Amino acid sequence: MKQFINFIKKEFYHVLRDPKSLLMLFGVPIAQIVLFGFALTNEIKNSNIVIVDNAMDNASQKLIYEIRASKYFNVGQIFMNPDQMDAAFKTGKVKLALVIPKDFDNDLQHLHTAQVQIIADASDPNTATTLTNYMTSIISDYQNQLWQDGGLPYSILTQQRILYNPELAGAPNFVPGVVAMVLLLICVLMTSVSIVREKEMGTLEVLLVSPFNPFLVIFSKMVPYIVVSLINLTIILILSVYLLDLPFKGNLLLLYGESSIFIVCGLSLGLLISTLTDTQQTAMNTSFLLTMLPTMLLSGYLFPIENMPLFLRILSNIIPAKWFYIIIKSVMLKGLGIKYIWRETLILSGMTVFFLTVSLRNFKIRLQ
Amino acid sequence: MDKEMVIKADKLTKRFGDFTAVDAVSFDVAKGEIFGFLGANGAGKTTAMRMLCGLSKPTSGEASVAGFDVFRYPEKIKKNIGYMSQKFSLYEDLTIKENIEFYGGIYGLTNKQIKDKGTELIDMLDLQAEANKLVRGLPLGWKQKLAFSVAIIHEPKIVFLDEPTGGVDPANRKQFWELIYETADKGITIFVTTHYLDEAEYCDRVSIMVDGKISALDTPSGLKKTYNAKDMNEVFFQLARNATRSGD
Amino acid sequence: MRTLMFLLRKEFRQIFRDPGMLRIILIMPVIQLLVLPRAADYEIKNINIAIEDYDHSVVSQQLTNKIISSGYFKLVGYHNDYNKGYELIERDKADIVLEIPVDFEQKLIRNNSQDLLVAVNAINGTKAIIGNGYLSSILMDYNKEIRMKWLPPTRFNELPTIDIVSSNWYNPNLVYAVFMVPGILVLLLTLIGGNLSAFNIVKEKEIGTIEQINVTPIKKHIFIMGKLIPFIIMGLVVFTLGMIIAVVVYGIIPVGSMLLLYLFALVYLVTLVGFGLLISTYSETQVQAQSLTFFFLIIFNLMSGLFTSIDSMPHWAQIITRFIPLSYFIEVMRMIVLKGSHFHDVAYQFTILIIMGLVLNTWAIINYRKTT
Repeated sequence: MKQFINFIKKEFYHVLRDPKSLLMLFGVPIAQIVLFGFALTNEIKNSNIVIVDNAMDNASQKLIYEIRASKYFNVGQIFMNPDQMDAAFKTGKVKLALVIPKDFDNDLQHLHTAQVQIIADASDPNTATTLTNYMTSIISDYQNQLWQDGGLPYSILTQQRILYNPELAGAPNFVPGVVAMVLLLICVLMTSVSIVREKEMGTLEVLLVSPFNPFLVIFSKMVPYIVVSLINLTIILILSVYLLDLPFKGNLLLLYGESSIFIVCGLSLGLLISTLTDTQQTAMNTSFLLTMLPTMLLSGYLFPIENMPLFLRILSNIIPAKWFYIIIKSVMLKGLGIKYIWRETLILSGMTVFFLTVSLRNFKIRLQ
Repeated sequence: MDKEMVIKADKLTKRFGDFTAVDAVSFDVAKGEIFGFLGANGAGKTTAMRMLCGLSKPTSGEASVAGFDVFRYPEKIKKNIGYMSQKFSLYEDLTIKENIEFYGGIYGLTNKQIKDKGTELIDMLDLQAEANKLVRGLPLGWKQKLAFSVAIIHEPKIVFLDEPTGGVDPANRKQFWELIYETADKGITIFVTTHYLDEAEYCDRVSIMVDGKISALDTPSGLKKTYNAKDMNEVFFQLARNATRSGD
Repeated sequence: MRTLMFLLRKEFRQIFRDPGMLRIILIMPVIQLLVLPRAADYEIKNINIAIEDYDHSVVSQQLTNKIISSGYFKLVGYHNDYNKGYELIERDKADIVLEIPVDFEQKLIRNNSQDLLVAVNAINGTKAIIGNGYLSSILMDYNKEIRMKWLPPTRFNELPTIDIVSSNWYNPNLVYAVFMVPGILVLLLTLIGGNLSAFNIVKEKEIGTIEQINVTPIKKHIFIMGKLIPFIIMGLVVFTLGMIIAVVVYGIIPVGSMLLLYLFALVYLVTLVGFGLLISTYSETQVQAQSLTFFFLIIFNLMSGLFTSIDSMPHWAQIITRFIPLSYFIEVMRMIVLKGSHFHDVAYQFTILIIMGLVLNTWAIINYRKTT
């Protein structure tokens, strides 16, 4: 046991003696939570648009006034010429154009109908759809104003309750995702690289031929990262609640328990990568490419999983971060108990056991 | 002075913060000499050598190598010296031939020179069969002989060797020293650090560093006479007994 | 120049001799480019709705049918108990609960107006906004239908109506892959180029060969160039592979000039590799280099505008994105590939990248010290 503690001490020294690694271990999570908590949002505001006003009459002025009043758009120039519009799109400075026809006011009053055209730069389909929706609803509101003068009966109105995130801020959606990603990346990267480093330098052999149990050698390498990750989690939670005003509704103990499973899962994956690679560079690149993009894209926090093609929906199930993302959202933001997340917990535990078994088997083969 | 001095050091000093690694050392090395630099680990041998090679800037003092001042012309010095570092410094993922070609090319040898030198070197080391194999697979003794040969591929005036025989068995060490003698015969000055005291006997002159200072400098026989010792071991222990620094 | 050639030959030999490295450089990006863009689909469809119908009238039935047949919504629960709907939200099974109160139809007729209750799970803000938007417009449509049925036609027809025709330029079918593929390609290029270059010099430091180089008369800028060029060439190979996939697999044929694309790729790679080398010169071990690269690459990644729009970030965050080379190249890629923008449209981004490249590389050369 004393030997084991010595090993762990040695690993802590490795981790703590290097200020640049410390920057990664603690600086990265803090910077990212703060940065992304504030910066990432799906809401689109202040988009630059142009209006091609061919009418220049009373109704068109009123409509433009409504558009200017919304927080979604910055109305730039008012053009007359479609060629100018194309040029404006090509510089990327304009995302949407609204074309108001000639005799807009006149048509509305006498023909009771008029047609406006919305042109969106759909090279970004998301922004295009969202902006088109915003514009449509502004125009509909304007139309409703016109109707109110008529005093229409039979109105179906809606009362809305926005649950969990009434301000529709980006943080509640992104922060749990960033937490999952940061924890996973650090665990996978640090473990795989630190073990491969010893492989590369030949010191791993020395440790493994020592009378000490080789599995405990491996395990002692994981302990500092478990501690570091739990500290990170604490920092992240404090920042989320006090800086980003995220609610914390659930059971703290449950969250730490679940996080520990996820952390060990990440470490085991790192361990697995370390058994499959021989140089630090390969280990790092593998960890990076295997965790960063798939986690970003397939865990559900940036893109809804249910929209994906079937094979990706299936693939997303093997992404540990997906399950942790669900867990952390449920516990932290919704305050749910283990009853609601036992399935996810079980899956994460199963993955951990799998990674551990395979990597320990690989090590055994190496030792024989 | 009757001999040409290729290395001159005068009160050469290197400090790292408040730690003085090399403390005002002064010595001269003559052309063609095999000059040994002895000392325990941490005595400041490597730091002193790195300053002479232009890898590290001295804090104070003066030194010139091959006639060039170490402060002002480190790059000119580099044209005239070879260096073999403590860490094995060939590319393990390149073959013997590729390493020779690379270092030859870096030193500005012509293609013909590279080819001729390469063949000569491979023949000399008897590595014909391994020439196209990765350096990684060679035994350490051969790697070090190869590294040495590559370090002098551009026929420098002086070659600096930093613990060249670390971790090698006695038979290989002996072969390595034969290679050093052959090189010295060609007029190349050898500056070698070591902590193998028996190797000190092979040098023309030996300086012994203790705690960043040179505490003795003479021929091996001169040293033994002065300290009334039967071998270099005894000389060294008498000098190093009072050392404050030890180990790494 | 001759020295440079020897350096390059050596670097390429080392790259090609490491199969693990080649796999990462060539195969990983291809696989990721084949798989990942399909994941990056923001389009909101299949919004899960639970309807709690306390009314069970003709109107409530019609409304339910209309919502389901719109194609945007998937009915995940239909009961008359708000708590059941709420529980579906808690379990993430439902995004929206619509509650139709008792006597909805009667009250609508009697009171001339009646409320519906909509509860939205807003953890995912976009989904909430968009789903809510869809639902409102369906309700509005339905409202119109009711009025048309219940009101005398003359009165209804006199209402001024604004028809909205919307068209989507450059990507009429709103195919998400068209948008994501160029961006993800740039991202992969960044990961690979940034990593490789950040690690390279450090690796030589760790194994000790850098000492041997430092003691040769080699010029600093030649040495850095010898490191720079192989990664730029590898980067261009990856870029080409990516473009082939974009054309062959996704059918994205660049509208703009291919030459301009490559010119940008080149300038971008010089900047990026310069950045990697700079990290390399600041690190003593590969672990350190990795920490620094990791730190910057994640920020580059998430703030590049690839996944979330830069326009929607707060002002201070937008300023940060201006220091991220990736954001310029992603923007330009999309402009050239999708809109066919010309050089003068992207001259600004070009100038910025050139300046960044010069600064980073000069910095790297200065900071690489042969003498300590």
